[in-house]
Amino acid sequence: MADGASAPPLLSLRGVSKSFGPVHALTDVDLDVPAGAVTALAGDNGAGKSTLIKCIAGIHPPDSGEVLWEGQPARIHEPSDAAALGIQTVYQDLALCDNLDIVQNMFLGRERLRRGQLDDVSMEQAAAETLTELAVTTVRSVRQQVASLSGGQRQSVAIAKAVLWESKLVVMDEPTAALGVAQTRMVLDLVRTLADRGHAVLLISHNMVDVFDVADRVAVLRHGRMVGVRPIDQIDQRIVVDLMTTGTSDREPDVGSSGPRGARRTRDTDEGVQR
Amino acid sequence: MTAREDVAEQATGSGPQVGGVGDYLSLVWSRVKGGETGVLPVVGGLLLVSILFQSLDGHFLTAGNLVNLLVQAAVFALLAMAEVFVLLLGEIDLSVGFVAGIGAVVLAWLSQPQVGWPWWAAIGAALLATAAIGLLQGTLITRIGLPSFVVTLAGLLFWQGVMLFVLGNGGSIQIQDPVLTGISSGTLSRLWGWVVMLVAVAGFAAVTWRRDARRRDSGLVAPPAALTGAKVGATLLAGIGLVLLVNADRGVLAPVFGLPWVVLVVVGVLVVWAYLLGRRRFGLYVYAVGGNAEAARRAGVNLARIRTAGFVLSALTAGIGGIVYASRLRSISTSLDGGTLVLYAVAGAVIGGTSLFGGRGKALHGVLGGVVIAAIDNGMGLLGFSAAAKYVVTAVVLLVAVTIDAVARRRRPA
Repeated sequence: MADGASAPPLLSLRGVSKSFGPVHALTDVDLDVPAGAVTALAGDNGAGKSTLIKCIAGIHPPDSGEVLWEGQPARIHEPSDAAALGIQTVYQDLALCDNLDIVQNMFLGRERLRRGQLDDVSMEQAAAETLTELAVTTVRSVRQQVASLSGGQRQSVAIAKAVLWESKLVVMDEPTAALGVAQTRMVLDLVRTLADRGHAVLLISHNMVDVFDVADRVAVLRHGRMVGVRPIDQIDQRIVVDLMTTGTSDREPDVGSSGPRGARRTRDTDEGVQR
Repeated sequence: MTAREDVAEQATGSGPQVGGVGDYLSLVWSRVKGGETGVLPVVGGLLLVSILFQSLDGHFLTAGNLVNLLVQAAVFALLAMAEVFVLLLGEIDLSVGFVAGIGAVVLAWLSQPQVGWPWWAAIGAALLATAAIGLLQGTLITRIGLPSFVVTLAGLLFWQGVMLFVLGNGGSIQIQDPVLTGISSGTLSRLWGWVVMLVAVAGFAAVTWRRDARRRDSGLVAPPAALTGAKVGATLLAGIGLVLLVNADRGVLAPVFGLPWVVLVVVGVLVVWAYLLGRRRFGLYVYAVGGNAEAARRAGVNLARIRTAGFVLSALTAGIGGIVYASRLRSISTSLDGGTLVLYAVAGAVIGGTSLFGGRGKALHGVLGGVVIAAIDNGMGLLGFSAAAKYVVTAVVLLVAVTIDAVARRRRPA
């Protein structure tokens, strides 16, 4: 689905470079991020992953190169430009206000008003609806303060907030870094749901297990250069590690290591039948 | 059972099912246990203080003393509300005591017979002056990035100096305008007391009922109709109690009765600030900035504007407090102790349940905390204790309040 020639990918980077003084953080990077798929971005520390998503989010506009949005050249020079296109970024710190409830956090900055007053009813309904659609059902009440949520629930709220903002592309920076096993499962399921609903997802993760669990495509950065972008069935963990460390790999993909993902898909189908 | 099945299973029970009154109350109770204690500690403390003083001196709970207490509490309540605004932002304002003093000086000076401004113009000018002070201090804090502690500490000294300069050493200005002195000493007639109370309760009932009914109609978690009715009924009973209390003759030599105007002033300010903080976008942004300024900034909130507005509203509220203060003394003199007043204001806000760390608190907390401080002052005065003992007891109450807040916070799963 990702490589179909019919429609241009949602977001395309062509020859994007970014320097901070003498440091070349990104050099001539090409990347396609198609809708309806999870694109994982792998790379060692300092490989340029964070710089790349900051270019996409409008925090550090690229020095050179082209950004295409739905096939058209786009300028992303401010975070608001990215938001206007439909790009939402979920940072590692999540940017949630602990003292506000889930609804207030999800609508922060774009509250709905009714006769000049906050329209709590409409916002609460929309927030509950979005959480239900994303199958985030473990929260007791959407009027709970975010301070009382678990790490996975907070991550889910941050992602749901991004979805609520009519985003087409959701960029996530290490969404599972601080989570336990069950919480990680919850967030990865949410990432999958997002892609299945037609969103493009760009996921940064250090965790190879997570990447192979949820991604459709894997892009590997090394020293600011894109050294490989492959569909998940043409890559395995050892190839990713080779690419991250040396920039090349001669290995043939090992079908076994992409096994867990195939198994998960089957499980999804089973559940679909049960419902 | 895998984690995934666990999640799927929880999904089938879609949130809390709220049917009857009992279910809703248990939901509320679970929030209290979760650390969202609200006004419960301060209301409990107020009851405790009342019972204690009444048992030690039977005069505490008489109509005359309780009305007197409400009037005494007005300045504390107003200054504590002023402090709530800046505490919510995670800042502090040490200048509210002397900013109130400046408001009082402007009011007294302009309303003198030889200057001759009408009472309403003098009030307007006093409020304008204090709001301008808030704008100046707020701008220094937000645009230049100075710490609010230092800027308002400078404000405490500076405005005290200005006051001394205007009044002269040991000087004072009398207030003769009957309307201005009437703010604190005047009362409504018995009939008007009833009318005002009934109109206020009816307004509260209409707003509460409409909001709860809309939530119920939209299928959201809402208090059942019976509970909404009970809330309105309880408010009506409280209102009837208050009017009966203030309408009783509390005079010693001549009959004195009726609702003091100053109670209406405090309630009016409370209602407006509670509406602003609770129902308007501005209020939400105040909480957001106090909770996580970076998150608010990324959401597009103009931090400098919200913070500056917070300091302006704080100083404006302090100005109202200053007007009430001057009205009660019928004059303003250099004996105004703005340093102690501001410490009582911060203590009142914190005793009421406002967090010193930003993002948690309500205007109501300032009023309740102010009443607690006035009650301690009043009750210990009745018992013949010295000012020294009052300070000590107020300090202990403040520590207890902060401890309750800290313990409650620890129970909140972070």
